[in-house]
Amino acid sequence: MAYTPHTDPDRAAMLAAIGVASVDDLFADIPERVRAGEWDLPAPMAEQEVRAELSRLASANRIPQVSFLGYGAYRHLVPSVVSEVVGRAEFSTAYTPYQPEVSQGTLQSIYEFQSLICELTGMEVATASHYDGATATAEAALMACRLTRRDRVAVSAAVHPEVRRVLATYCSGPGIEIVEIAVDLAQDASGQTDPAAAAAALDTSVACLIAQQPNAFGVLEPMAELGGAAHAVGAQFVAVVEPTSLAVLQAPADYGADIVAAEGQPLGIPMAFGGPWVGLMAARMGSVRQMPGRLVGATRDAAGRKGYVLTLQAREQHIRREKAASNICTNQALCALAATAYLTAVGPAGLREVAELGMTQARHAVTALRRAGLAERRFSGPYASEVAVTLPDARRRHAALAEQGIVAGAPLGRDYPELDDTLLLAATELTTDADVERLVSALAASR
Amino acid sequence: MSHPGDLRYSKEHEWVRVEGSTATIGITSFAADELGDIVFIELPEVGSRLSQFGGFGVVESVKAVSDLFAPISGEVTEVNDALGDQPELLNSDAYGEGWIARVTLADSAELDALMDAEAYAELTA
Amino acid sequence: MSVVDERAARSAGGPGDADASGRGAAFASPVGGEALTIVEPLIFEHSRPGRRAVRFPAPSEAARAAAEGEPPLPPSVKRAEAPRLPEVSELDLLRHFNRLSQLNIAIETAFYPLGSCTMKYNPKVNEWAARLTGFTDSHPLDPEALAQGSLELQWLLAELLREISGFAAVSLQPAAGAHGELTGMLMARAYHRSTGEGEQRTKVLVPDSSHGTNPATATMVGYTTVTIPSNERGGINLEALRAALGPDVAALMITNPSTLGIFEDQIDQVIAAVKEAGAIAYMDGANLNAIMGRFRPGEAGFDVMHFNLHKTFSTPHGGGGPGSGPVGVSERLLPFLPRPMPVLLAGDPAEVRRNAWAGRATDGARFGLDWDRPHSIGKVRSMFGNFGMHLRAYAYIRANGGDGLREVSDDAVLAANYLRVRLADAYDLPYDRICKHEVVFSGRRQKRQHGVTTLDLAKAILDHGIHPPTIYFPLIVEEALMIEPTETESLETLDRFVDVMHQLARTAAEDPGALRAAPVTTPVGRLDEAGAARRPDLRHRFDEPAVAVSTSAG
Repeated sequence: MAYTPHTDPDRAAMLAAIGVASVDDLFADIPERVRAGEWDLPAPMAEQEVRAELSRLASANRIPQVSFLGYGAYRHLVPSVVSEVVGRAEFSTAYTPYQPEVSQGTLQSIYEFQSLICELTGMEVATASHYDGATATAEAALMACRLTRRDRVAVSAAVHPEVRRVLATYCSGPGIEIVEIAVDLAQDASGQTDPAAAAAALDTSVACLIAQQPNAFGVLEPMAELGGAAHAVGAQFVAVVEPTSLAVLQAPADYGADIVAAEGQPLGIPMAFGGPWVGLMAARMGSVRQMPGRLVGATRDAAGRKGYVLTLQAREQHIRREKAASNICTNQALCALAATAYLTAVGPAGLREVAELGMTQARHAVTALRRAGLAERRFSGPYASEVAVTLPDARRRHAALAEQGIVAGAPLGRDYPELDDTLLLAATELTTDADVERLVSALAASR
Repeated sequence: MSHPGDLRYSKEHEWVRVEGSTATIGITSFAADELGDIVFIELPEVGSRLSQFGGFGVVESVKAVSDLFAPISGEVTEVNDALGDQPELLNSDAYGEGWIARVTLADSAELDALMDAEAYAELTA
Repeated sequence: MSVVDERAARSAGGPGDADASGRGAAFASPVGGEALTIVEPLIFEHSRPGRRAVRFPAPSEAARAAAEGEPPLPPSVKRAEAPRLPEVSELDLLRHFNRLSQLNIAIETAFYPLGSCTMKYNPKVNEWAARLTGFTDSHPLDPEALAQGSLELQWLLAELLREISGFAAVSLQPAAGAHGELTGMLMARAYHRSTGEGEQRTKVLVPDSSHGTNPATATMVGYTTVTIPSNERGGINLEALRAALGPDVAALMITNPSTLGIFEDQIDQVIAAVKEAGAIAYMDGANLNAIMGRFRPGEAGFDVMHFNLHKTFSTPHGGGGPGSGPVGVSERLLPFLPRPMPVLLAGDPAEVRRNAWAGRATDGARFGLDWDRPHSIGKVRSMFGNFGMHLRAYAYIRANGGDGLREVSDDAVLAANYLRVRLADAYDLPYDRICKHEVVFSGRRQKRQHGVTTLDLAKAILDHGIHPPTIYFPLIVEEALMIEPTETESLETLDRFVDVMHQLARTAAEDPGALRAAPVTTPVGRLDEAGAARRPDLRHRFDEPAVAVSTSAG
């Protein structure tokens, strides 16, 4: 009705060709007793009505005037060119490039994406993408289990709770045990995962250690030491990272990461209430056959022209079925394309500016709050653009500010009861001086 | 398709050549043709023990993957590392340069459970 | 040696297969008046040091001064060398990606009858809605009071999907079909554990025509897979199913209509047998586009099903994602749904639905997230799923309404049967019976008589500016050609496809070499896939060395 082209004469012609009297005859093979009963669905809508309904819902969201909320999703500029590229129907309305001769656009863009992720992380191979950072991390853990033939996974408590929740669900499938490494959350503690505590939790039954940089509290971890603790027992070191920070922070390969997983949303992808986003995964070439998900490789045709194909497919479910490395079928190609266009649009200088502007405004906010006597940093460890601050009555004041359209970061007490008086503030290149002033004055007024 | 007369064959399309106490094993040219262009083989580890008709590795072509089953029991003494870089040897020279592993023969009576070239040719006709 | 799966084992292509002459006709250079074929360099090859597209403002003096009150990054965590990202102007960026885009076939450029993928038109109003800032700028962790629109939309979409499928409830969290399978099977396992049978039920039954994701999912959940053969009519073999069912079986995963495009006409008996054995009846809903308004899986007795919003509900496939794979469940699986669930916290559900269907908000209605689900399998994805896909699917369902959705399925089935009848003279039809949304032919006649494989046919279809059907799947059909026209293709498009397929069948007989040389009009010919896999080249290698990270003015 809305989008079908058929006229009644078209339908009559097709029915005549098939040799049936009505469309109902084409459903005669559905057993009588399980045929659908009446349903209660709304009436069709014209385009203007669809627009009105979707506008109604979009405007029922109140987008904050000022927001310091990050904690896994970040408000960044999505450059106009990125939206333009992603909006190209030749990309968005194609499917998985099973026919490479007519899919070179998608395939080459994925090869460029893989190259960019390798370059950012310093790793040797990156996949064509995953559902999100959390599932990429969970898949990295399962991959480490295959590589080491071990069935326990160690994870720092300072890895984002959403990631740990998804990890727990994935590990429950094959019955993999998760060992959580506690982190000292006391006021003025470092906020870091203690390498000695990690070493104590690790033994030769553990497939990998998972740590996040910066961690869930925004604190920078001693990644080289944590990686060393993993390697001492022959375990893989899985680094969960934030991609824009890699403009200034050490590349994971340089601190010994064996597998890197990340949420790619900050790379030109709207927050969109949680998705679609894109999971990044990178590793060493020696592990490639245990990597889950799609990979694109370069090759040539008979005339010597360079071209790109899906490759190493024998790892995947459509060939290997019950013996596959993962059941993953789709990747997030269009979001990977957004990330590719974003990294191209900002370039090395722009990505560094994004990282540095966030770091500057995070420090600006902390300084302003401290000078106003409103809040103190919770942890003493170094931070980048996200920072935990302690203030009295944090939850109530957070809620009070939300009423005014100001989101004062993420209250950490929901996930870490010891941090009930702690808010996690995130700054990006979109954070302005006025935002900092509004936050300070609103918090002052909420006392 | 003809197959070398001095080898014994399994119905899973592996061959074995016995020289003294050493047995060399591989996949047949029939298997290689069925798979198409072979792109990867997972070799057994030297020192591992194979048992007759037990799985010992995996071979992949572009869009297919197959388990390998040992035609004979024994301890692996050598593997064909050249297949790591040139898996295409399995296609081009299945009975020669495409050999997979050498094992010390555990029980020569096991050879009775295998076919000669003629019987194998019949199986794959 | 046993071939685990030799699907398309001969589809490697490779050097010597293609003829270079005449290439470029169908993809005549759309940009810049260059030669017939475009070989677009990698973005890295366009890069020149110092060029850039997007600029950012410098931080204010005040911000910089205030920031100095806090410690900077310690040198130990800093990066030594800058990542070699491309440095290009905005225009060069656009030209690069626009040229790449023109190397693709897509729904909006060509007929795309890729079986099992439901390549229907992706309506533009959905894209319009997805760009509303009220949606794009909605942070998933915003206080619920600020996200009432997102939450209401998710609640409404779940209500619509529930009604369409006949299930008790729907979770929108899974990010794709295979992800929905994983979610569903984890729930099946949680259910068996709750009844004390978790240890004994270790097997999952899967028909031999199933999607590869089904057995792969079973493995991820820790189950072993048992394959059930099809019968001579293309349905599941009921006797074999009954024989395999027992106290050790956790679930049956079945695609209905099947991957042969055939409705399981004994589906009522299949469900009854599975339930009698105490197992969970899982339906792979990939083919829901065939049966809306005709068969509601939940009502018919299935326990769980995943939807593919990117198939049935018109969200763009995106070159392979993002998708969205909501899962519907029966009453007995309700406690195990992923958390959180979007819920109506205040207000009468019937009234809220009635108002929304009339395009109105409901005074006093309040939506939220229910985390308090003690038996839940947990989270399968961060946050709440691919919301951007949810809102497109919602727009699609609202545009169609109930009557429109029924018509969608009717027209999809009509089109597939039309192709079935029109092509039956030229290609073998292994299961010659009424099909649903797709029809599976076999190219075995062309292969045996003329040495033309289905791969050759597919490549030759490319030269006609049409995307080929799915080939070599399902595995149980020799030289399979799986055609799914969808409901959005006009009769003229279908007729043109019929003409092309007839012409190719004639060419196969008269000049088979021509088909083996195809494609000749595409930007590249058949590519050396074996070479790609033997010596993987998975990333660009830079000629230039990396340079040290410079400190910006700030």
